[in-house]
Amino acid sequence: MADSHGPLAHHFDSLEQQYESARLGMWTFLITEVMMFGGLFLGYVVYRTKYPDLFVAGSHHLDITLGAFNTVVLIVSSLTMAMAVHAAQEGRRARIIGYLWLTLLLGGTFLGVKVVEYSHKFHDHLIPGAHFQWHGAGDPVGPIQLFFGYYFLMTGLHAVHMIIGAGLLLWLIRLASKNRFSAEFFTPVEMVGLYWHFVDIVWIFLFPLLYLIGRHG
Amino acid sequence: MKHHIVPVRLYLGIFGALMVLTAITVTVSFYDLGFLNTFVAITIAVCKATLVILYFMHVRYSNKLIWVFAGAGFVWLVILIAFTLSDTMTRAWIPLPPPLPM
Repeated sequence: MADSHGPLAHHFDSLEQQYESARLGMWTFLITEVMMFGGLFLGYVVYRTKYPDLFVAGSHHLDITLGAFNTVVLIVSSLTMAMAVHAAQEGRRARIIGYLWLTLLLGGTFLGVKVVEYSHKFHDHLIPGAHFQWHGAGDPVGPIQLFFGYYFLMTGLHAVHMIIGAGLLLWLIRLASKNRFSAEFFTPVEMVGLYWHFVDIVWIFLFPLLYLIGRHG
Repeated sequence: MKHHIVPVRLYLGIFGALMVLTAITVTVSFYDLGFLNTFVAITIAVCKATLVILYFMHVRYSNKLIWVFAGAGFVWLVILIAFTLSDTMTRAWIPLPPPLPM
């Protein structure tokens, strides 16, 4: 990274080569992320096909309004992140910082809504474990807990990624304030952008799988 | 260093498309279409993800190596899911003999 020698690290020939290497490395990391979330998606799909009625019953306990609101918030945050990268490509520092703050604000909104949702589940005793209570059809100690297990694990892992993303955004804002980016060098902004969009994609799949499938009326 | 700068108008267009697709998928979930519900939900999610990957993540304007890397994770994910389901969803097709007495 940028030291006293400027943004070009000594083991690269040019900024172009450094930028392409960083992008390839970031995509390699994102492949490992696809596989990590993919394992959870697979588990969810296997148990969903095994206990379709119970998963639908569990899904009805999720708040579709809050879920849809958060989906919109995250898509808007992807737009503001893309705009931050766009501003970086044009070397407009004030705009980069503005769009990064907007993205951070939207990410915070998403997490705030998630806290509200989690606390509702907590009050309704829908956390899998000894105090789980279920008043609908199906055995409460049986696979109905699996749905909420997957719900908390998948949305929880997603939320952890959002928190890490928020930290990365703060780091970018600090670098941008120190005037570290230019139209020639904005690699960190682009890389965090890739990460942020990936986290958005995870939610694009989580929302229909957890909230929408088996909804009806 | 030269980069392809995506015009702001295109970003807004992609954003609009993502919003419309979200509205469609939420609306469709309130109607009972049988197995089509799942099909529509997954198809729209794949379309939204593709738009984000191609435009917001700039893969459309990237070299072929990035295309291969971006595609690889998802290709393997499809293999993982397809092969596992070909096991778990077909187990009931062949009746198993009762377990042997211990």
